[in-house]
Amino acid sequence: MAIELNGKTYETDEEGYLADLSQWDEEVANHMASEDDCELGDEHWEVINFLREYYEEYQIAPAVRILTKAIGKKMGKDKGNSKYLYSLFPYGPAKQACKYGGLPKPTGCV
Amino acid sequence: MPTVKKMMYVNRRAPHGTGYALEGLEVVLIGTAFEQEVCMAFIGDGVYQIMQGQDTRAAGMKNFSPTYKALGDYDVTRLYVEQESLSERGLSVDDLMPLTYEDEDDDWAEKPSVQVIVRKELSQIMAAQDVLFNF
Amino acid sequence: MLHTVNKSPYCSDSLRLCISYAGKDDAVLLIEDGVYAAMCGGNSEAILQGAEVALYALWPDLQARGISEDKLVDGLKVVGYDGFVELAAKHSKVQSWL
Repeated sequence: MAIELNGKTYETDEEGYLADLSQWDEEVANHMASEDDCELGDEHWEVINFLREYYEEYQIAPAVRILTKAIGKKMGKDKGNSKYLYSLFPYGPAKQACKYGGLPKPTGCV
Repeated sequence: MPTVKKMMYVNRRAPHGTGYALEGLEVVLIGTAFEQEVCMAFIGDGVYQIMQGQDTRAAGMKNFSPTYKALGDYDVTRLYVEQESLSERGLSVDDLMPLTYEDEDDDWAEKPSVQVIVRKELSQIMAAQDVLFNF
Repeated sequence: MLHTVNKSPYCSDSLRLCISYAGKDDAVLLIEDGVYAAMCGGNSEAILQGAEVALYALWPDLQARGISEDKLVDGLKVVGYDGFVELAAKHSKVQSWL
């Protein structure tokens, strides 16, 4: 499977995650979000960028409970809770934000 | 409430030559979702998994050694490394990654996860577990 | 003959056997987990002691395993993939001790 956008081809897996992390850019993130009827604002980007940094450091996408805890530590309790994160990413914060961030499916999502 | 079991993942293989180390690590991370009391042991060539300075770019492989640093976030805070296995291989604790965790009960103080212990002591800890997985 | 060893000396007898079979004009190249034998200070160093063959280790595999150049046993040469090709071309036969 693949996404065609602005003359560029982005290979994806069967669930729509990018096959090659290095192909990722903001355009494809916005495109994937719009397919889910979601418009990415600053608060979404804060989480997506956090996940991308986490992946850069640890080479894994964290499970949602790890993400929640880590966001809470970095950005405060009002953001480090499931209610806030699910309001941004209703399909599941870790899965959906990882997808838009070009990362693989989170490790430890059961 | 279900009872919490003591679980130990025993890592015996070198990191890159086979898939055991990476797959074992993924099982540990996924398994933490069940909120059991998890620890890991590194014995034999398993001690090579957490060696410092692994750089797989030239070999064209995925470097998953940074993922061991995430174990603390997943509440895996006890990594037992067998002293005899280090010595046989000419290694010391300084050759290993300084893996740490943040202690929630102690104002998030950063503490070392790696504990180098002798085989006899490790075998006692092993005997006290409810479930063991060997990779 | 060029011999390659890809198993850790602590998990397999490949290196011990290879060294005992290798002739003095042969070369032994450590690759993959075989490069753990290139680290000094370990018990496997004894296997290499007294070996008359030329000993090499593949740099990308050393690097992947965190083995820096200052930790290598004496008398061992480090080669890259190009050096591997040269060794294979120089020797008429290659034996892989799997």
